[in-house]
Formats: sequence, C-alpha cells, structure tokens
Amino acid sequence: MSEKDIIDRLKKIVEPYVQRMEGLKNFQEETDFLKDLQINSANLVDVVLDVEDEFDIEIDNDSMEGMLTVGDAKSIIQRKISGR
Amino acid sequence: MSSRVVITGMGVAAPNAVGLLNFEQALRNGESGIRFFPELKQLNFTCQIGGKPQIPEDLLKKYFTPLQLKGLNSSGIIYGVISGTDAWQDAGLEIDENAPADWDSGIIFGTGILGTDKFREAIQLIDQGKTRRLGSTSVIQTMASGISAYLGGILGCGNQVTTNSSACTTGTEALLMGFERIRSGQAERMLVGSCGDHGPYVWGGFDAMRILPGKYNEKPEEASRPLSASATGFVPGSGAGALLLEDLDSAVGRGAKIYAEVLGGEINSGGQRGDGSMTAASNEAVERCITRALKNSGISAGEIDVINGHLTATNRDSTEILNWTRALGRRGNEFPFINSLKGMTGHCLSASGSIECVASVLQMEKGFLFPNINCEEVHPEIQELISEDRIPKKKIDTEINILAKASFGFGDVNAVAIFKKYTP
Repeated sequence: MSEKDIIDRLKKIVEPYVQRMEGLKNFQEETDFLKDLQINSANLVDVVLDVEDEFDIEIDNDSMEGMLTVGDAKSIIQRKISGR
Repeated sequence: MSSRVVITGMGVAAPNAVGLLNFEQALRNGESGIRFFPELKQLNFTCQIGGKPQIPEDLLKKYFTPLQLKGLNSSGIIYGVISGTDAWQDAGLEIDENAPADWDSGIIFGTGILGTDKFREAIQLIDQGKTRRLGSTSVIQTMASGISAYLGGILGCGNQVTTNSSACTTGTEALLMGFERIRSGQAERMLVGSCGDHGPYVWGGFDAMRILPGKYNEKPEEASRPLSASATGFVPGSGAGALLLEDLDSAVGRGAKIYAEVLGGEINSGGQRGDGSMTAASNEAVERCITRALKNSGISAGEIDVINGHLTATNRDSTEILNWTRALGRRGNEFPFINSLKGMTGHCLSASGSIECVASVLQMEKGFLFPNINCEEVHPEIQELISEDRIPKKKIDTEINILAKASFGFGDVNAVAIFKKYTP
C-alpha cells in the first residue's frame, strides 16, 4: 500500500469528525488532528476504531497516544500492516 | 419578573404523529399509533404490539449533524431532541452555535431509562472482551441525563440543565419543576419535557408483569382501551413531548405567541403506605395531590372544565375516576369532561406526561376535545360515578378555560398540573 493511498484513506476516515474544514483542504503529514482539524479529543478514539476497521489492524493505547498528526497515524498504520 | 408562567412553544414525537401540526390532526381524527412488531413475536412476548414514533431518515438529518448520527442508537435521545428542538423553535427562539450560552434558559428533560439499544450494544462488546471497541458515545447515549445534555448543547442553554426521573410521572413532574424555577426567579425560560425509548428491552419487564394486553396482536389499533369495560392492560409506547415555559414578562417582551398559562400544580407520593405500594397509587395521596394542585393554583374544583387523566387502560382506571370525584366533589353530570390520550398512543411511560401535556394544551388553544378511542362501552364502575357524556367518544368543539392534567407512576408518585387559557 503506497503512502499516498494510506493518507487518502485516512482523510476519508477523519472527514466526519473535522470541525475546521480549511484544515482538511491542506491535508498532509504535518496536519495535527486537534489543532489543524479541531477534532474533538473525545472523538479520537472513534477515529482509531475506524482506522482499525479500514486497515484490519489493532492500535493499542500506547500507539494511540503517539498519534497526533496525519504522519504519526500513517507510520503507525504502516508498522501494524507490516507486522500483520 | 412577573410570577406568571406561560407556554410559548411545543414539540412532540408521538406514536401517532411527529410534529405539532401532524399531532393536532391525529388528535382530532382519533388516530391510533399502535402497531404490531414482528420482533416482539419472535421474542415470545405476550403483548406483541406497541407505540413507536415513525421517524424517516430525512427527518433525522434536520436535527442531528452527520457526526451526531454516527453510531446513534438511543431512540429516547432521538425523540427528545426532535421534540425539544421543535419546542424551542416554535417559541421563536434562535439556534446559533456561535452565540454565547443563554444564561437565562434552562432544561429539565426527564426519562425513565435511556439508550437501551446502545447499552445492549455495549454489553455485548464488553462480554466479548472488546470494551475498547465501544467508541466515544456509549456514555453520553446511555447516561440518564444524555437527553438534557444533547439538548443543552444543541440549544446553548446556560441555566440549569438536568434530567428528572419519576417513572410515568416524569413528564408532568418536569413541567412543574421548570415552572417552579421560573416562578422563583432563577430562570426566564425552561424547556421541559420527557422522553422514553421504544423496544423489547424497555417493554419486556412490563410484559413479564402480565399487565399488557395479549389478545390484540392481530388488531393493534383496538388494543388500548382506557375507561372501557373491556380494558385488559396498557399498551407500551415511547416518544417525547416538550414545552417551552417562559416568564410572562419575557414572553410579552419579545412578542411571543402564548399557548396557555401554567397556574401551578402539586407533586407528591403516597409513601407506599396504606393502600399505596410500589406499583399502585395510594388513593389518599392522589386525592391530596389533586386538592393541593387546586389550592396552589388558586382555583376551585368547580372551575375545572376538562381533565386529561392518567388512565392507562387497566383496572386502575375506575379507581382514578373515583379519586377525581372525591377530590373535586363532583359526580354524575357535574363531573368535568375527561379524556385519555393513551387510547391513541398507548402508555408512553416516562414520555407520557409530557406528550399528554402537549395534547392538553393543544386542546385548550384550539378549542376541542379529542375522542377517547376504543371506549365504545364505558366500564360499569365508571358509569356509576360519572355520566357517560362526560367521556367524549367523538371529537367535540368547545372552549376550555381550565384543564387539569394528572400523571401517576411506579413508586407511588403523583403529579397534577393546572393549565388555564391565557388572558393578559
């Protein structure tokens, strides 16, 4: 799976939770889920569950805590997919 | 602020109609909202019918954001948000998510149990060891105050925002609690109401108590028969009703439409002493609740034109009538008109009080009495107490000046509210 593919699929997943639409237009590795997209922090667990379903992986609590940006999420997904 | 409290907005999601205009039509026509549910048959329920508001997908999108709709599986919240939002907008109040909190507006929105379907989802995941898969909304959809919390955020209310719970008294109690808060000067506006989930997990316990009718599964619309000789139990229902209560000065100041005035009422309990128990109302307490409601409202028993009863279609209906005749000192053809909405909606449990308050106020505002459907033959014990023409079987057009609304609930709890046609 290419990095672009992962990021495209990630963008689709987070879209319903985004409260700042400008942030979505400029969706890239540096994009911060809370600051740039203003996703409600309570909804981050829902994003994680949706990521798990989409990529058929499991993201443990420690990995989730390090998932602040799109780039973080991409790396975690890549790592989990390769370890599957 | 004045000490007078008026109703300036209403909303409803009832088994026989959703939305105030549809509800008024359903009331006038005596439309039943009781349907057969194959699911209840599959689950071996004795009573396989019930009352459930019909909510199309398109309608949901008007009240909830796509994010709120994601994983939403709490029917009480759906009904409560629809009725509460409608009441707010019907009162001419704005919804502006960028405005600051409205410190003068609060919410008392009750329920009996909330989010049962969501809770079932959670229980199944937890039992499979998948607690981490619950997602973020399991708590807010199943906490009792979920309904006031959802409404509080949608409407931006900054005064007291809470949920009350007193079984089938809940809705009428919420109204009287909101009334008191405005009267004591602590709020200008209170959105009051109540909601109740539908479905087997709410209704099953009542089916097990064998107090629901089991012989009408093929003819659901005839099953709910308040006041009738052939009443065999209440039909379980669900839904929500909401009323926007407002200080009179505030209402007049902003030129709001006024539906009716709340004169007052009474909330009490029989303490489960004497003939009162967990499931049966103490007659003394009911009588006392009625007489004190009159006293608190500053009216005499003779002034009541109409009673909207609790009247669930069990053998308790005649006892309720007896209590009214005693408390009011009125019998035979001296008795006020009386009707029960439950013939059309079934017993909407925690939602019943508020749905029935909305129906009561609509009758006053529009000058009609809705028919007591399925009451072809009045129960003989009731016939001995009051004239049959006091129980409208067809819609009657009539001016109503004062109406008394009663709700009684498990735990031996009672509430009576008194409404009056508004005159400046």
